[in-house]
Amino acid sequence: MNTEKLIATIRKAGAKIEAEKDFLTELDNVIADGDHGINLARGFGEVDKKLDALADKEPGDVLKTVGMTLVSTVGGASGPLYGTGFMKLGAALKGKADITVPDFLAGLQLAIEGIMQRGRSTKGEKTMLDSMIPAKEAMEAKWNETQDAKAAFAAGVAAAWEGVEYTKTIAATKGRASYIGERSIGHQDPGATSFTMVLETVAGEV
Amino acid sequence: MVGFVIVSHSAKLAEGVADLARMMAKTVPIAAAGGLEDGSFGTSFEKISNAIGQVYSGDGVILLMDMGSAVMTAEMVIESMEGRKLAMADCPIAEGAVTGTVDAEAGMSLEEILEELAQVGTQKKLQ
Repeated sequence: MNTEKLIATIRKAGAKIEAEKDFLTELDNVIADGDHGINLARGFGEVDKKLDALADKEPGDVLKTVGMTLVSTVGGASGPLYGTGFMKLGAALKGKADITVPDFLAGLQLAIEGIMQRGRSTKGEKTMLDSMIPAKEAMEAKWNETQDAKAAFAAGVAAAWEGVEYTKTIAATKGRASYIGERSIGHQDPGATSFTMVLETVAGEV
Repeated sequence: MVGFVIVSHSAKLAEGVADLARMMAKTVPIAAAGGLEDGSFGTSFEKISNAIGQVYSGDGVILLMDMGSAVMTAEMVIESMEGRKLAMADCPIAEGAVTGTVDAEAGMSLEEILEELAQVGTQKKLQ
């Protein structure tokens, strides 16, 4: 994926979040402070304004700018978390004009580690990590097996949605939802859901 | 003198905590960074950066945060200001602000105040 395609893909991911912002906010409203969709849509709206000026940059720099913009404009926990993720992904892709599946997987791993560190969180705490980590593992396995990018991304999206379903079965121990703890069981995590939507959008462009 | 920034999701809470601290420590540089630019709930990278700028001196600045994104955003602001003497305190925000500013006014260093603040969360109110 080159810069032109990457910018178009980020725009589509932003449009997806904008279209789903009420749904994401409603999910967040049930278990936490009800700002996830609105905040993330505001952040991606600001990202959209910056993308045109990045057409001559390499993909890694585009992703870093996306991350920094989200940190500055989201206003909720998804700002530092998504922001860190995009910045780590961007840093991992430094010097590359075209993103390959192995590049993306290596970057996604660093993004996961960055988000774990930023959120002081791990798998099984009802967060975006519960879709990110299985998605990355499934993509890697499918890629190693088939060397087929479309198949790898499809496997990643399927695993990410399974991760979203899994978040319904567990109590939140991190983030605002941890304040309602056990009562969060039965509800899906907004962050895991929004990550899966973004990944699904990317998969559609591969 | 060590300065302080109060980071909260709520503009009113941040302002209120800063006011409370000023009651006992009138001369301490303390700035509030609460809510988003439009006044809604959230934490703003820019507001935190600006607040640090207002109270910064070579003695350093301690940030007190409420929770969640306040902690993570404060952390990212600190990372973006490499080379400056900045630290986050892990303590209740109101009690920490009063303790920390009184300590600063008494001339304690950033490191000494952080040690004091680490004890604030362990104090019981009803014992």
